Amino acid sequence: MIKLEPRGERSRAMAYLSPVLAALLTMLTGLILFTLLGVDPVEALITILYVPISDTHGLAELCVKTAPILLCAIGLSVAFKAKIWNIGAEGQLLMGGLFGSYIALQFIEVEAFWVLPAVLIAGVVGGIVWSGIAAVLKVRFNTNEILTTIMMNYIALNILLWAVHGPLKDPDGYNFPESALFGDSALLPILVEDTRVHFGMALALLAVVAVWVLMSRSFYGFQIKVMGMDAGAARLSGFKEKRLTYFALLLSGGLAGLAGVGEVTGPIGQLIPQISPGYGYAAIIVAFLGRLHPVGILLASLLMALLYMGGEMAQISLGLPLALTGLFQGMLLFYLLACDVLISFRIRLKSKKLKPSPPLPPLASETQG
Amino acid sequence: MKRRQFNKLVTGLAAGVCLTALSSLSVQAAEPLKVGFVYVGPIGDHGWSYQHDQGRLSAEAVYGDKIKTTYVENVAEGADAQRVIYNLAKTGHDLIFTTSFGFMNPTLKVAKQFPKVAFEHATGYKMAKNVGTYISTTFEGRYVAGYVASQVTKSNKIGYIASFPIPEVIRDINAVQLALNKYNPDAELKVIWVNSWFDPGKEADAANAMMDQGVDVILQHTDSPAAMQAAERRGAYAVGQASDMSSFGPNAHLLSVVDEWGPHYINTIKAVMDGTWKPKANVEGMKEGAIVIPSFNESIPADVVAHAKELIAGIKDGSVYPFAGPIKNKAGELIVPEGTRLSYEDLEKMNWYVEGVQSDIPQ
Repeated sequence: MIKLEPRGERSRAMAYLSPVLAALLTMLTGLILFTLLGVDPVEALITILYVPISDTHGLAELCVKTAPILLCAIGLSVAFKAKIWNIGAEGQLLMGGLFGSYIALQFIEVEAFWVLPAVLIAGVVGGIVWSGIAAVLKVRFNTNEILTTIMMNYIALNILLWAVHGPLKDPDGYNFPESALFGDSALLPILVEDTRVHFGMALALLAVVAVWVLMSRSFYGFQIKVMGMDAGAARLSGFKEKRLTYFALLLSGGLAGLAGVGEVTGPIGQLIPQISPGYGYAAIIVAFLGRLHPVGILLASLLMALLYMGGEMAQISLGLPLALTGLFQGMLLFYLLACDVLISFRIRLKSKKLKPSPPLPPLASETQG
Repeated sequence: MKRRQFNKLVTGLAAGVCLTALSSLSVQAAEPLKVGFVYVGPIGDHGWSYQHDQGRLSAEAVYGDKIKTTYVENVAEGADAQRVIYNLAKTGHDLIFTTSFGFMNPTLKVAKQFPKVAFEHATGYKMAKNVGTYISTTFEGRYVAGYVASQVTKSNKIGYIASFPIPEVIRDINAVQLALNKYNPDAELKVIWVNSWFDPGKEADAANAMMDQGVDVILQHTDSPAAMQAAERRGAYAVGQASDMSSFGPNAHLLSVVDEWGPHYINTIKAVMDGTWKPKANVEGMKEGAIVIPSFNESIPADVVAHAKELIAGIKDGSVYPFAGPIKNKAGELIVPEGTRLSYEDLEKMNWYVEGVQSDIPQ
């Protein structure tokens, strides 16, 4: 009989091993699935995990796909560390894209160096405004930020739709819901010639480093972590809870806004109704998959981007259904949650005939509280 | 559906026989032509993407192993579209169909990088050296639907669920209004905008709201069968869109204006095989078999069905054209004088309502 037994202490080794184990289990289940679908499982895995990034163009596309997920996830990790559950990265991303597009369209004819920075700042402001509303509601009225941020996602989407069907619509576009193409001075520079890798990826990596320094090297980051672990202790230590809440929410909103403006000024080049196929939601999975650690998040967002691309490739070269991508992402999260049990518990195999297990060590019940 | 597939198979086989005869004269085909399709929705949407996939399948039935088709479904119209199209081009596809308006700019960007690949983009207005467009003239079917609706309505109130105020939708509303003006000037057309191509909840709400106001025939320019089902529940009539929706409301279903993409795909593939393909703006309708009305509800009076069939025949031979003058706009000004016709170029940019439409175009 299999028994779960509290470890007493969180296992550091398992904390790192759990994502790896989850990834391995996902592959294994994938192998079984492919076999059942009548596809050569090894070929399928190669198609999904290697072919998309087997050349420079593929690697470049991986960066294009990773940038928005990474920016959202790295921002969310700060909020999540403070146990502030910002589920609104999607809406903040959309508002970033909308604010940035508004500025880009105002200066569509202008050719000047300051256009792009202005557009990017507008995008960040858009994200900040959107998460700021949730922050004010939380700090002033003690509303649950999970609910407000989720609802703000829908509001953001509808404002975006209104704008792209209305005031920001391309006047020469026959009423189709798209803005005009942005001017060149509002587009992010391309990092590698003949690819779509844009400056947004550099900004995302910069954000990773900045958040890493913030969280592990600064007193502010320390306060955020303490607040997340024990709000009471943080208060007793004189940490300013409200200010930290604002900071965490505005930072994650600003980065999500940057992700949004990076999409419209990067690979898309205009405002359209579909800026994001759910990057803000994928970022939540990525943040946890990456253990809320900058390096982990970087790896997790690369993996998530690869899964998206692999899903497309599986359709193109193997004719496998698209549902596969969703299945893979779901399995990954599911296995991760399952494996996380092993951080605090260990598995004991016991035969029923033995006498009942010894009483739990007293330490265990304390640490589980 | 089975019957339709069977029909396709038969036409497919027939065309296939002709084709084998043709191609045996030309080069002994070596590599199969690789044809890629990019869909915006899932192929199971029973509307737009489903119909495109049916078209792909009928092309496969015709050409057999002379072609190899690939499709990618549910492709978001944002940054992802360009990568999917690029990957199709890179993996040796010779002809790529991108089947949603939002793929227009991504298609053009990729086409620039692959000058030897032929691209065709559905419903757009931009072309390039190797990018053509194709669209079907749904207004022809809509005109027939408008005629049938004008004859079966008892309340003289007809509802129209519209998606977005783009020219394609505006001109279809106009086609219905022109049919009403001609065949039943007392009938009133109510338009509700749901701002979506596929939103069963909103479409059902719109249908119910219209039926509450006394509407007894519902037309739609959205893709879900929700309005058809709502009409079935409340004993009203409805007209199906894009695919044959008769199974969703056996009693309510007057007729469906079905998009058949098969003929276009079959012809385009042949042109690419023969090396005669040129980018152009393909506009195809009933004459080309791109717009089809597969069946009429048995409760429609026989003389109405007969006249509807005459209309279809007339549209096919060109003697009937919905946008033939005289046509006045909403304000009553004569826009198309007697004896002239609006060209497709005019229709492509249509942003005004004809006389009789009660509401305004949302801006």
